[in-house]
Amino acid sequence: MEELSADEPGPARASGAVVPAGRTGSARPEPAREPGGTGAVPAEDAVIATRALSKRYRGGQLAVDGLDLTVPAGSVFGFLGPNGSGKTTTIRMLMGLIEPTSGTASVLGRPMPRSARAVLPHVGALIEGPALYGFLSGRDNLLRYDAADPTADPRTRRARVGTALDRVGLSAAAGKKAKAYSLGMKQRLGLAAALLQPRRLLVLDEPTNGLDPQGMREIRALVRELASDGTTVFLSSHLLDEIEQVCTHAAVMAQGRLIVQGPVADLAAGARSRLVVTTPDTGDAARILKEQGVTDLVVTETGVTAEPPDREPAELNAALVTAGVRVRGFGIERASLEDAFVALTGEGFDVAG
Amino acid sequence: MSRAESPPKRDAKTENARPMATPTDQGAARKTGPDPRTGRGPSPLWTLGLFRDELVTTFRRWRTIALLGVLAAVPVLIGVAVKIETRGGSSAGGGGGEGPAFIAQITNNGLFLVFTGLAATLPFFLPMAIGVIAGDAIAGEANAGTLRYLLVAPAGRTRLLLTKYATTMTFCLVATLVVAVSAFAVGALLFPLGELTTISGTRIGFAEGLGRALLIALVVAASLTGVAALGLFVSTLTNSGIAAMATTVGLLITVQILDQIPQLHALQPYFFSHYWLSFADLMRDPVYWDGLVRDLGLQGLYVAVFGSAAWARFTTKDITA
Repeated sequence: MEELSADEPGPARASGAVVPAGRTGSARPEPAREPGGTGAVPAEDAVIATRALSKRYRGGQLAVDGLDLTVPAGSVFGFLGPNGSGKTTTIRMLMGLIEPTSGTASVLGRPMPRSARAVLPHVGALIEGPALYGFLSGRDNLLRYDAADPTADPRTRRARVGTALDRVGLSAAAGKKAKAYSLGMKQRLGLAAALLQPRRLLVLDEPTNGLDPQGMREIRALVRELASDGTTVFLSSHLLDEIEQVCTHAAVMAQGRLIVQGPVADLAAGARSRLVVTTPDTGDAARILKEQGVTDLVVTETGVTAEPPDREPAELNAALVTAGVRVRGFGIERASLEDAFVALTGEGFDVAG
Repeated sequence: MSRAESPPKRDAKTENARPMATPTDQGAARKTGPDPRTGRGPSPLWTLGLFRDELVTTFRRWRTIALLGVLAAVPVLIGVAVKIETRGGSSAGGGGGEGPAFIAQITNNGLFLVFTGLAATLPFFLPMAIGVIAGDAIAGEANAGTLRYLLVAPAGRTRLLLTKYATTMTFCLVATLVVAVSAFAVGALLFPLGELTTISGTRIGFAEGLGRALLIALVVAASLTGVAALGLFVSTLTNSGIAAMATTVGLLITVQILDQIPQLHALQPYFFSHYWLSFADLMRDPVYWDGLVRDLGLQGLYVAVFGSAAWARFTTKDITA
C-alpha cells in the first residue's frame, strides 16, 4: 500500500500532474513522479474511480459523457462545473441512485451500484441539499436515517446521533420540528446525517448552500478536520474560492464532460497570470507598454492589464514612470482558480444550454 | 499514525456481514465494525430497525391519527343513529332491509355493531385510508427527497419496499381493529350484549360471537392487502405523493362503480372488491367458506402481481427526486 502523507495539511500534500481528461485518451494519471508522492494514484487506490461513465436520460439527453474520474484516497476533492454540467448525475451514479447507461464506476474499490449495500455504510452523503421529514424533530430525523442503515448499531444510535448534532452545532435545536428549521439549519442537519458513523468517504454536494458566512467557515473547518482524520471528501461546489480554500484536488466538468482534473495548485498554475497596472492615465500607459513590447493589452476603468513580460517587470514600471504615467499600482496577479476555470470551460458560471 | 485506509480488496468472498474489513486492516475494522475487538459484525436483527422506525413514524403522524379518528367515528355515528331511531321501540332498518348488513340486529345485541361498522367502512373508508398510506409510501418519500437519503443510508431498495409494505399491512390491521374496537365499545355502551343469532338462525354464545367478531376483523384486514399492494405499486410510479394517493383512491372508486355494472359480470370476479362483503359468511353456522376463500385467494393474487410489479419497478428505477 502506498504511504499517504496524511499529516501534511492543505494543498501542500497535493502533488502530481494535472491530467487533462480528453475524450480520446485514458485519463489515468501517470506513475508517481516522486517516490512517496501521492500525485498519481493507481485506480486500485482511488476512493472513486470511473471509466467511460455515461448517462443518457430517457429523451436522449446525454447528461454525463464518458467520464474518467479518479479521486485519490485522503484527498479533499473539489468537483466543479456550471449548473447542468452533469455533476449531480455523476454523484447520483456514484451513490447507486441512477444506473449508468454505459461505463463503470467504483467507490472504495467496489463496483457501484452493484455493491451499494457493502459500500454505502462507509459513505456519508449530502446530495442536492438536505431532505428532511418536516413532521419529525431534528433528532428523530437522524434516528430514522440511522435506522435505515442495517449496519448501524441500535445500541449506540442515540449517542451517535447526539455526537453528530453536536458536531454541526445543532444540539440546542434538536428537539424542534424540522419544518421550523431555517435553510442553514436544514443544511447542518443534512451534514449531521452524513456524519452519523465514521466514514471513509464523504460526498458533499454544495455543503455551504444557504449558510451564512459564519456557518460556511464552520463547515470548511469541519471538512478540514474530517480530512485530517483521513476521510476522503468529495465536494461539489460552484464557489471557486471555497474549492481553492479547502480542496487538495479538483475536477472541472462542462456539458457532461470532464475538462480537467488534478491537484488544485497545478490547476491554478495552469492558468496564465496577468500584469496589472493601476493608473488614471490608461491611454498613455497602454501606449508605453505597447512600445515596450507587451502584448494582449486590455484597458479597464482603473488601469491596464496585459500578458506578463518575459523580462524584469520593474523595467516596465520605470518606463511608465519616466513617461509621466501616474502609476498607483503595479504587479503580477496570480491566476485564481476562477481564471483557470473560465479558461478551461470558455464560459462563466452560466447554466449550460 | 499509519493509515490503513486502502479500499478493500476486490474479493467477492469478503462480501459478508462485515464486508469492508480484512483481518490485517485494523484501521478499516475500527471504522467498520461496531465491535471490532470481538470481531462481530452487524446483527441480522438490526435490519428490522427500519421497520420499527417506520411504524413509529407512521403512527405518530397527525395524518395517520386523523384517518384512524375518522374510522373510529363511523361506528359511533351508526350506534348513536340506531339508538335514536329505535327509541320508540321499533327495530332499526326493519322496514325495508336497507342500510349496512346486520344493522337490524344491533338493538338486540351490541356486538352486531362491530359487523355493521366493518360492513359500513369496508367499501370506502377503510380502503381509502389504506390508499393514502400505501400511495404515499414511496412517492411521499420521493416527493420530500428523503428517499435518496434512505437509499444511500443504505436502506436497500428491496428492504425499503418490504418495510413499506409491512407497514401498510400493519396499518390495514390497525385500522380494521380501530373500527372493530370502537364499534364494540359503542355497542356495549348503548345496547345489551349476550347470546346472538347467526344468519342461519342458530344461536351462539357471547364468547363465540366475540371470537367470530375478531375473526371477521382479521378477514377484513386481509381483504385490504390487495388494495395495499396496488397502492404501493402506484406509489413506485410517480414522485408525487398526492398523485399516487389520488390515483389509488380513484382506482378504488372506479372498481367499485364497475362492480355495479351487470354487463361486466365476466370481469367482476377479478375486481379486488368483488368478494369483500363475503366476510358476513363467517356469521353463518356452519361457516360458509366459498366466498371467503375466493376473496383471500384474489387478495393473494393482487399481492403477488402488484407486489412483483412494484419490486420490479422500484429496484430498477433511477432515483432522480
